[in-house]
This record gives sequence, C-alpha cells and structure tokens, in this order.
Amino acid sequence: MIASARVWKFGNGLNTDVLAPGLYFKLPAEEAVVHCLESVRPEFVKEVRQGDVFVAGDDLGIGSSREQAPQNLKMLGISAIIARSFARIFYRNALNIGLPALVCAEADQIEDGDKLSIDPVAGSITNETKGQTYQCDPIPEHLMEMIADGGLMPHLKKKIAAGQK
Amino acid sequence: MPMTLAEKIVARASGRQQVRPGEIVTCSVDLAMCHDSSGPRRYGPRLKELGASVWDPTRVVVVSDHFVPAVDAESARILKLTRDWVAENKISHFYDMEGICHIKLAEGGHLKPGMFVCGGDSHSTNGGAFGCYMAGYGATEMTGVMVTGEIWVKVPETIRVNITGDFGPAVSAKDIMLHLCATLGMDNHFRVVEYGGPTVRSMSMRERMVLTNMAAELGAETGIIEGDEITAGWLREMGAEVPADVLDWKGDDDAGYLAQHQLDIQSLPPQVAAPHSPENSSAVENHTGTLVDQCYIGACTGAKLSDLHMVAKVLKGHKVAKGTRLLVAPSSTAAMRDAAADGTLQIITEAGAIMLPSGCGACAGLGAGILAAGETCISSTNRNFQGRMGSGDSSVYLASPYTVAASAITGRIADPREYV
Repeated sequence: MIASARVWKFGNGLNTDVLAPGLYFKLPAEEAVVHCLESVRPEFVKEVRQGDVFVAGDDLGIGSSREQAPQNLKMLGISAIIARSFARIFYRNALNIGLPALVCAEADQIEDGDKLSIDPVAGSITNETKGQTYQCDPIPEHLMEMIADGGLMPHLKKKIAAGQK
Repeated sequence: MPMTLAEKIVARASGRQQVRPGEIVTCSVDLAMCHDSSGPRRYGPRLKELGASVWDPTRVVVVSDHFVPAVDAESARILKLTRDWVAENKISHFYDMEGICHIKLAEGGHLKPGMFVCGGDSHSTNGGAFGCYMAGYGATEMTGVMVTGEIWVKVPETIRVNITGDFGPAVSAKDIMLHLCATLGMDNHFRVVEYGGPTVRSMSMRERMVLTNMAAELGAETGIIEGDEITAGWLREMGAEVPADVLDWKGDDDAGYLAQHQLDIQSLPPQVAAPHSPENSSAVENHTGTLVDQCYIGACTGAKLSDLHMVAKVLKGHKVAKGTRLLVAPSSTAAMRDAAADGTLQIITEAGAIMLPSGCGACAGLGAGILAAGETCISSTNRNFQGRMGSGDSSVYLASPYTVAASAITGRIADPREYV
C-alpha cells in the first residue's frame, strides 16, 4: 500500500533516452541518475521525494532495453509508476527490479501534484486531491510472487535456495 | 487451430502443441545474446550474488560493441571485464570489437528459422529477419535467462504487413520503416509484426534486417519474416550449417492476425523523420533545405555493406560540402573489409568522409561523433529521441543512407533521387 504520494505527471511517449541518456552510460549509477529527464524537466531530479509516484500517458519507456530507465526512477525514490500504456521492455524491467508498474486507462485524469493512495495488489488508485478512484489492469498473476519477493533477483535467490532453479 | 509463425515458434519453445494470444507460457531459450553495456558488467556481479553459473555457455553469444574501442580508462575497464567474464565462464561465441551485436549474430550464422532467441538489447528484433523469434530484454531479466535458460512470454498477437511494388530510385527498406513508424505508430506493444508479400520476398537479408530491426520503433515484441531460399543462401554464404527444416517454418494460411496492412511502395518517396521521434516521418520534400552540421552513417540499422553501397552510389563524383561533416561507422569489420575490396570505401573516402570504428558509436550517444548543443544531424540510425546522439539540445533527423549521403553533398537535407 502506498499512501498520500505526490504525483509527477508526464505526457505520451516518454522514452528511455530522456530517462537515462546514453551520454552517461559509463558513470556509476549514483552519478548517472542526476541526468534523468534533464533535457525535458530539469527540476525533477532536484525536487522528487522518496515515495512520490510517476504518472504518464501512452508508451511510457519506449526505446532501449536499458534498465537504468526504471532504475533511475526507483533510485530517486519513486514508489510506483502508472501509465495508460507501457513499452514492453520498460514494463518488464520495472517489475523485474521490484518497481510496481500499473496500467491505468484513466491515468489522464491524474494531474501533476495530485496526492494518490495506491493498492498495487488490488490494482486500485485513490486520488485524494480530486476525490476519485481508478481501477488498474491487474499485474499478471504469474508475476505476483516475484513482485512480493521484491523483484527478480530476490525471487531467483529464493528459488535457488529452494533448489527449484 | 491454425497458428502464425511467431505462435508456432513460441509453442515449440514452450513444449506445447498449441498456443493462443494472451496465454502466458515459459519458453526454453535456444540462444542468448548480450553486449558489453548491458551484459557481463551487469550480470557478472548478479551471478556471483546468486552463486549461479551460466546455464549453457554454448548457447551464449557475447559482443563488445558499445564502448569500442576504448576511449578512456572506464570504457577500457568495461571491455576488459567483458573479456575476462567470457573466459571465466567459457562462453563459446565472443566477438570483441568486430561489429555491432545484431550484425555479428547474422554474420556468424547464429540465427536460423524456428529458433527462440533472447537478446539484451532492444533492437534484438533484428534477428526476426531470419525467421526466428528474437526479442529484447533488460539486464536483470537476461540475468534470469543466463541462470535458468528460460523466460516467460505472453503470447503476442501478430500484425501482418504485406508489402508490394518495386522500390523507386534511391528508396530503400529504411524508407518503408520510417513510413510505417508514421502510419502504424510506435505503440504496438506486446505484438509481433510479420512482414511478407512479394517485395519482402525479393529483398536481400541485409534489407530485410532493416524491417525487423525497426520493429523496435513500432514498439513491437519483435518483427519476423518467414525463411526462404534467400535465408538459406545467406547461411551458406556465412559458412553456417543449413538446417533441414529451414524452409518449413511458416505460418498457417488461415492463421489469425490482429490486423493486416497492405503497403504498396511503388510510389513511396524517400522519407525523413523530424526530431524527436521516428513517428515524425514524411516525404523528404518536407525537409529539403534544412541545414545539417553532421551526416552520420552508422548503427545496426544503417551501416551494413548494402547501406555503404547506397552511400557510394550517391557520393560517386561528389564531395562533402563545406560546413558539414560525413561520419561513416560501418556496422562490422567485415562490412568495412568488403567495402574496401569492392571499391566502395574508395568512393566514400574520396568524397571526404571520415571513417569511424565499427560499433554502436554515436547512435547511442557513445564513442566518436556525438553532437553539441544546438547541432543538427541527419542519420541512417533508428532513433532520434531527444539527446539520443549527444547533447539534450541537439536535433536528429532520420533517413536512409541514400538521403544522408545526398545531404552530405549539399550540407542541407537533400532529395537523393537527384543523385542516382
């Protein structure tokens, strides 16, 4: 359950090149992260706070397979990402690193600065600012165990320990 | 129930007689590819953390193509780490600074119809040109593949694109893909784009790869093209074994497609995608006259031998204009060698082009040829998102190798049909 999180709202087609510019690929993750979204919204990195929520329109994360795109958001404190639709690799990457990614047809109703409460398991979002509730598409059932484990790495660790590899 | 080619491969890889779109299945991976950026530097530490080893080193291909050749201590460190990891894990196939991963998989004869392949790079869709199912994944998910040899797939719907008509002068597969980015859009997520029709059947493997490579720009799970005699001929030419079933991997005639699109290219003009998205594509005439600081021939999409031939055809007898620069980074050392042998390189260098090493280079904002703030580039690569090739304040137009070469001659975006 994520409570009273501040929304950072973006539009359609937000791509991996702006989320994680290739120019900084060689840098350690903690140095590269400060360049996240610098070409489109430079104040984001400075003002984002632990627990905030990232909301976008269609095609969130179109482009590269670079995991740094959702990883940067997670490192900056983002607790969940919500979009009308996701690019496939970005979606898989987010869930694999343990960052809840929710598909919500009504994401357009959410505005920058709104306060949300999110139940990722039930797939429900309450917009406290607007007094609205939205339903998300369920996270695929076969991934729920991995998400409960905190992502693919802890999930693999658990399976290997149990001899199920 | 009839199945598309993609469904048949997923069914085979998941050990089922039948799969249907929407089902979630676990597939056994026939081959896994990774490169120096998202590969060993990421999964080396993760495998150690898990205390796990690579499930089958004979089924792994590693390619160093992103940080090549090293330009500083950090890129040198990453390349060395990659070499050391390959040796330590006894990986069977390693291409160290020989070209871009998607091209090396093709040149190495690794891809054959019916295979299920995972790649640690979004343009892994490229491999679908060989009639296999090959999609891209991120580094953590590829770590999972390295450990288990398996991956989950939500069986995608297939969209069929039937292409008819002959290419006009100075028009190529790249123009088809830029046109499709504008018409089909970039939100075909979790869908397969299958290309067919007489135009595709007559295309070379190198040109077919452009169609599947840029399926990534359509947002697709992957692109795919049924194998045929041209596919078999490529495998023979590359010295690879041609499997007995090379021609057998085809979709059923009555397979269900999510949508079928007809594209007649007889009158398709050269296309240019304006900044900052491939879907901003339209006829070259909408952009002619735009000043360009840099003209770039490179990447898996736009610097194969066939692309270098297009460049030479336009440049022959011309010089690169003052005020602009033409950078050429062949997609592999083999492409460079073949272009040197057949005289292509001579034409390109006599025109004043600057030759760069084979690798991902400036396409991904790495290596030589990146852009300063305020600069404009026309490029034969596949993506022009803001900041893709350098400064966040630079601009990239995408076009075919013909159009990039013509623009180098004038220093402005130019219609290549005036030069062929």
